[in-house]
Order: sequence, then C-alpha cells, then structure tokens
Amino acid sequence: MNERRAGLVLGAMAVGFSFLYLPIFAMIIYSFNASRLVTVWDSANSPTLAWYRELFHNGALLDAARLSFKIATANATGAVILGTLAAFALERYRRFRGRAMFNLLTTAPMVLPEVITGLSLLLLFVALEQTMGWPRGRGAVTITIAHITFSMAYVIVIVKARLATVDRSIEEAAMDLGARPWKVFAVITLPLIASAIASGWVLAFILSWDDLVITSFVSGPSSTTLPQLVFSKVRLGVSPDINALATLLVLVVTACVVSAGIYMLQAERKRLHDAQMAFEESA
Amino acid sequence: MSEAYIRIEQLTKRFGEFVAVRQVSLEIAKGEVFCLLGGSGCGKTTLLRMLAGFEEPSEGRVTIDGVDVTHVPPYERPVNMMFQSYALFPHMTVEQNVAFGLRQDGLRRAAISSQVRDMLALVQLEGYEKRKPHQLSGGQRQRVALARALVKRPKLLLLDEPLGALDKKLREHTQFELIKLQEQLGVTFVIVTHDQEEAMTLATRIGVMRAGEILQVGTPADIYEFPNSRFVADFIGSVNMMAGRLTVDEADHARIDCPELGVSVYIDHGVSGPPDSSVSVAIRPEKIQMSAAKPAQPDNVVNGVISGVAYLGGATRYLVRLPTGLQLKVTAPNTHRHEENFQQDESVWLYWDGSAPVVVTR
Repeated sequence: MNERRAGLVLGAMAVGFSFLYLPIFAMIIYSFNASRLVTVWDSANSPTLAWYRELFHNGALLDAARLSFKIATANATGAVILGTLAAFALERYRRFRGRAMFNLLTTAPMVLPEVITGLSLLLLFVALEQTMGWPRGRGAVTITIAHITFSMAYVIVIVKARLATVDRSIEEAAMDLGARPWKVFAVITLPLIASAIASGWVLAFILSWDDLVITSFVSGPSSTTLPQLVFSKVRLGVSPDINALATLLVLVVTACVVSAGIYMLQAERKRLHDAQMAFEESA
Repeated sequence: MSEAYIRIEQLTKRFGEFVAVRQVSLEIAKGEVFCLLGGSGCGKTTLLRMLAGFEEPSEGRVTIDGVDVTHVPPYERPVNMMFQSYALFPHMTVEQNVAFGLRQDGLRRAAISSQVRDMLALVQLEGYEKRKPHQLSGGQRQRVALARALVKRPKLLLLDEPLGALDKKLREHTQFELIKLQEQLGVTFVIVTHDQEEAMTLATRIGVMRAGEILQVGTPADIYEFPNSRFVADFIGSVNMMAGRLTVDEADHARIDCPELGVSVYIDHGVSGPPDSSVSVAIRPEKIQMSAAKPAQPDNVVNGVISGVAYLGGATRYLVRLPTGLQLKVTAPNTHRHEENFQQDESVWLYWDGSAPVVVTR
C-alpha cells in the first residue's frame, strides 16, 4: 500500500515537472541544433555552438540586451527606493488621512491591464512633452519611468509584508536609547528588512527585463529592448539563435535561484543550530 | 516619602472617543520601585508609554527631577525602557546592543567599551559579548535588555512586564536579582505588571489601576490589608466578599448586618460610614480560623460543612458551605506533617478576629 502510494506520488511529480519544464528542456536541446529550421533536428552536424557564436556577433541583439540591462537596473533601484518609502509609510503610520486610498492606488498597477497602463503613460508623456518639453521623445528614460510605476507595486507588497513582521518595539527601543527617527530607520529598520528589499530589487529587475507590452507603448525608434527584439524576430519566424539566447537567460536565472536557495538554506540551518546551542546551554 | 522626583499631574490620554488614561496624578520618590498593577486594558501600558514619550498626552504634565518632559521626544528623555518582548536588535551582538545607547550620545570608543564591560559584568553576562540575541536563552535575553536599558544610567527606568516571559522558577530568582541591581544603582523604577505576586515582591509602592484610573496607591501591605474598594480587595489576593448593611458604628466598634453570612459581623474599630448604608465586607481566607469544637468567642462565629479541599503544599484551601448557602474560602497553613486535617463533608466552626474584616463602601 505504502509502496504504491510512493509510486503514485513520484508519478504525479514527474507529470507535473515535465509539464512545467519539458518545453524549456526541449528548447535548450534545440539551441545546439545545426539546422537552420527550428523544428528539424540535423543529426549529422549537431550538437554545435554555432548559434551561440552568432549570438555574440549580433550587434543589434547585444545592444538590446545592454539597454534592457540598464533599464532593468535603473528601474529596480528606483522602484526599491520609492516602494520602500511607501511601504514604510503604509505600515508604520497607520492613521493618516487618505491611507486607505494610498494603499489601494499604490498596489492597483499590479492588477491594471498592461495595455491600459502603457497607453495612459504614452498619453502622459506626449502631453508632457508638448507642454513642458520633457521628456524629449521616448526612449530609455520613458521606459524606465513606466517600469517603475508598475514594479514599485510589487516592491511595496514585499517590503510591507516584511515590515509587518518586524517588532515595532525594536524601533521604539532604538528611539528610547537616543536615536532620532531617521537614524532608527537607517541602522535598525533597514538592516532588518534588507532581505525583503533585495528580493524586491530582483523581482523588479525581472519584471522590467521581460516586459514587452508597456515597453512597446512608451519606447522610441532608437530604443529597442531585448523582449522587443526577440518578439520582432519571432514574428518573422523563429530562428535558432533565439533558442541559444533563451538558453543563456535560463542559465543565468537558474544560477541566481539556486544560489539564493542555497544561501537561504544555510542561513536557516545556522539559525536553528544556534538556537539549539543556546537551549542546550541554558538547560 | 521624600519630595517627588517624578511628578505626574492630571495626565489624560484619549484615543478618539476612548479614554485610555483619565486624570492620573502620581508622585514618585527617587530610588522608589513603583508598580502599576492592573488587568489588561486598564491603561497601565499607555501610562508607561507616556512616561517613555511614545504617546503624546492629551492633557496633563510630567516632570522628572524638576524638568517638564511632557512634550520631549523619547530620544531626548532621561528615561529608558525595558520592553516586554525585550526588543533586542537581532542583527547586533550583545555588546553592540548594550553599546547602542552610549553610541547615540557620541561617547568615545574607550569609554563605551569600559561601560559596556562593567554593565555586562553586573548582569553576569561576561563571555557572551559576541553572541547574537538568537543565540541566547530567555533569561539571558532578559538580562541583555536590562543591561541595555541601564547602561545610560537613566533617571527613570520603565519596565513593561519585566518577568512575564520567564518561567516560574527563573522568575523568582530574577525578581531578587532585579531588586538587588536596583538598590545597587539607585535608579528609580516604574514597573507595569498584571501579576499581583510580582508587584508585591518587587514594589515599594503599588498603584492599582482600572479603566484608566488609579484606584489606590500604597505599600504592598497597605493594599493587601486595607483595600479601599471592592475591586482592589478582589484583585489583590483571594478574598471572601459579602454585601451588608452598617447597623452599629461607634468610635471603638462597628457591626454589619450580613444576611448572606447568617450572622452580623463585629469589627473592633469604627468605620465612620453613613449610618444604615450598604457596604461590602471583605475577609481574607487566611484570616479565618477553623475548629471542630465551638469556639468561645461570642461574635464572628459561623458553622458550616466542608464542600471542597485543595491541598496546596504549604497550605490547604477549604471551601466551607454555610447554612445560608454561601461558600467561604478558608486557608489553613500546614504547620505539621501528617497532621489530622479536616475532611470533605466534615462539620466545622469558622471564626475570625474583630480586626480581620475590611469594610469597603465602593
């Protein structure tokens, strides 16, 4: 009975994981395919690194990747600064006029259709340019601003959740011992929510890195991000170098996730070990 | 009492419509251990937070050592607080936790480290300097919290349920440590607690609070022996409370008609209440004596049947049912081992001294 159940669990797991990861796995394999046709496996010349080589000689693609990286970094940093301030206001000052409204409006972009966010931002930027002369045209700056508006919402949610678990009296204790409010924020609150801010930064980075819809509304002719480039290439038919590019991206993401996982596991083990030590000593 | 070191005048705190603290006035002398005692929601914590500066009073004034601190922010007050949760900084070592307050004052490094060392020695935490809070046991954390709050030598130390998170054995030990430390440093303590035993052992004076008001202030013995209201009598310790009517009230004695008890209660002093007024009589269980034979004294004698026996080790608690139906709590010390104790359903006589009952009009 138990054995049968174990087999069933394993089977269910296999089906689930293959549903999630088989397509990605197939893509990785096809990135080493020598054939120019994506769906035909050229067994004579495969595997090959030809597409990877081509990738690193594709100037347009490298430019797009570089731009996406810059925008994602600027966006993540901006979203984390604004998002943390907003989360702090919402979590620590529970009685100010318009708090409920503020809470709703800051997190609304998460559920707002991207098409609407993109279109309204485009209208805003055009109107601003006409009346104030800024921003001049659309490009990296407008894309970054647009990304901050929606990725900030995610940072707020993450940081707010973490702040809620930080005992308020820890901050009060610091103030009681003579630290002014800003100092308390810098030396007590910030270190305690650093991990949430870091994960907010990573999430905001990824959201910006793969955003296509909003970007298409607010980008200009001279600014093509990586998702835009990939999308335009795919429209002309999938070429194998996209597989290679995607494989590299998957590799980077996997490395990030795995190392973060290992780090967290070790921290948790250390914490448990320390608690155990303290307990045994006092007993 | 010497002149007031901490003076609280007409302090009131409102949260919208709700009045958490109402017109509280108190004077606390230097070096005192003052306990604010009350149930949850009685306003004791709000009062403490106003002393720390975390809550702005709606009305009233607080002066410490002659300086008005009513509107001084917490980081500029000569007051430190030990939090109920200890509120240690989890990302700092024991040493850094204790040094935090001194570093805010911009002291020199050498001065800070020598003061921290002295303080940690005082609370017996040498050798734990580099530990983080999560590497400490509950009792050790409590001592770090205490050291951190005391290292700045505050004029007033506030303690919010200081022993609440410790287990019973450790708590008794820590109570005496705390008092020793307080006497050594001469810091004035204000302690908030809901635990009357804690208040009795720690305090030089107790203020009993209910619904935002202080009902009675006095030494632990005052509060226990001479409660001024039904609530205080009931809240501190165990008590038999009976309603009655004042029938005789002379200078040297008084008599209260107590239908619940079946007899009138004789009191060996005047109570100077309005004649024929309804009052409450409170008698502590340990002040009632019990015997098998009828005692000789003419007053304050009733008989009844034992309806419950609870052996508590040091004493035995009996429940005695009177013919009127009232049940009285009686505590008898177990002075002899294997003593012939009273048994369930046994008929007994109860009697008490003329000085035992306390009459309260509120």
